Amino acid sequence: MDDIAQRTIAIIAKAKNIPTDTITLDTSFEELNIDSLDKINISFEVEEAFEIAIPDEALGSLKTVGDVVRGVEQLVAAKTAKKS
Amino acid sequence: MNRVVITGLGCVTPIGSTVSAFRERLFAGATGISPIVDVADAPEGNPGVRFTQAAQIFDFDATKHLDSGIITSTNRNTQFAIVAARQAAEQAKLKEHHLPGEIAIIMGCACGGRSSEESEVKNLYTRNARAHPLTIVRTMASAGASNVSIDLKITGPTLDISTACASSTHAIGLAFHMVRSGMVTAAIAGGHEAPLSWGFYRAWDSMRVVSPTRCRPFAADRDGMSLGEGAAMLVLETLESAEARNATIFAEIVGFGMSADANHITQPQAEGAALAMRKALADAGVSPDEVGYISAHGTGTQANDATESAAIHQVFGERAARIPVSSTKGLHGHSIGASGALEALATTLALQEGRLPQNGDVAEPDAALKVDLIVKEPRATGPTVALSNSLAFGGLNAVIALRSWG
Repeated sequence: MDDIAQRTIAIIAKAKNIPTDTITLDTSFEELNIDSLDKINISFEVEEAFEIAIPDEALGSLKTVGDVVRGVEQLVAAKTAKKS
Repeated sequence: MNRVVITGLGCVTPIGSTVSAFRERLFAGATGISPIVDVADAPEGNPGVRFTQAAQIFDFDATKHLDSGIITSTNRNTQFAIVAARQAAEQAKLKEHHLPGEIAIIMGCACGGRSSEESEVKNLYTRNARAHPLTIVRTMASAGASNVSIDLKITGPTLDISTACASSTHAIGLAFHMVRSGMVTAAIAGGHEAPLSWGFYRAWDSMRVVSPTRCRPFAADRDGMSLGEGAAMLVLETLESAEARNATIFAEIVGFGMSADANHITQPQAEGAALAMRKALADAGVSPDEVGYISAHGTGTQANDATESAAIHQVFGERAARIPVSSTKGLHGHSIGASGALEALATTLALQEGRLPQNGDVAEPDAALKVDLIVKEPRATGPTVALSNSLAFGGLNAVIALRSWG
């Protein structure tokens, strides 16, 4: 698992107060009992950690941990491309 | 109309985070006012404030009571509220005997989630940082009332009252009227505050009403108040329901009075406090001669204690100098919107035990005030009626009248 995935999972685990090894990329928000407030809370922490901005319209389509990781990877790549 | 009794008590305070601990230190006269420590974001040594002590709570560990989701979404004051409300509800076995929709939750909290707000504002103005998404739910003053309802699954009328230092006395009084009228069969009423942030200390320092030493209400050498934090909760229910299930009754609430000075935003006026006391007595159908104890607002400022003493004289006439009076703020400090609830708790315990708590740390009462101050040790009393006064900044006054039970 790459660095972005590991850091994202750590953020989610901390927000839900559960061990990181209970979360994989296939774990769904439903399984983790992530509600709308958790979602904005986790998004905030992810945005702070990776210095990105998650668009509002992207939030609604997130269903699994893998969705978040892929979205973060895209936003980080876009940020890097813009800098270079 | 229903008679209304107190059947459950709970607290998180600088003199104890259980009612038994609070009771012990209350009657021992052991103060919870101590040197200020751990002020978030304050410069080393807390420069810029003239006082060094406050009534802080050191033995509260939220992780022992609440899950991480609740801790993340709440400020310390709301955490106090949940824990104190649980204690009171459990003692009264509230949920076993009342329907969730027939229980009210009436809270007093004026400062809201002050420390969370300050932390976000600091980040905003120093580095234009985004606010944490839970800032709003942490800081709204009604968060305590909402979280208590969620925690205990109570669905009746639930609200927060913000009237500065009178907030929780207004809350208890309103809850008393709601149970008395039959609007609900029971209520959790009280207050909660955790306002001891750096900005709060600095703002109070600028008002020059905080004691550079320690709050000594009604003392000849009094020099101001001591800031504090905490929560206290009472379960009120109809006498009928309490007797039907043989519940322990701590005291009866018999009257509630409120008034506004309509005069000045900080300077209290005796006529307003006197009107609230008279209204509480009239509401209770009690003659002034029956009052055997006054739990004073007694902040320890020159202005409050002189005005409150004058108000007592206006209401009780020549008998005023013979009514036992104390302010317990010398023990638990002034926790703003929660202080009325802490004092209602102290008054309830006093009536239950037949012992009136002493006014902490007073070597020499101010003779000019002409009140019978309880000093050095608690004073024994027979069954009686007590008043608990709260006189807020802005001239908002609330007084409840309680009677010994049994």
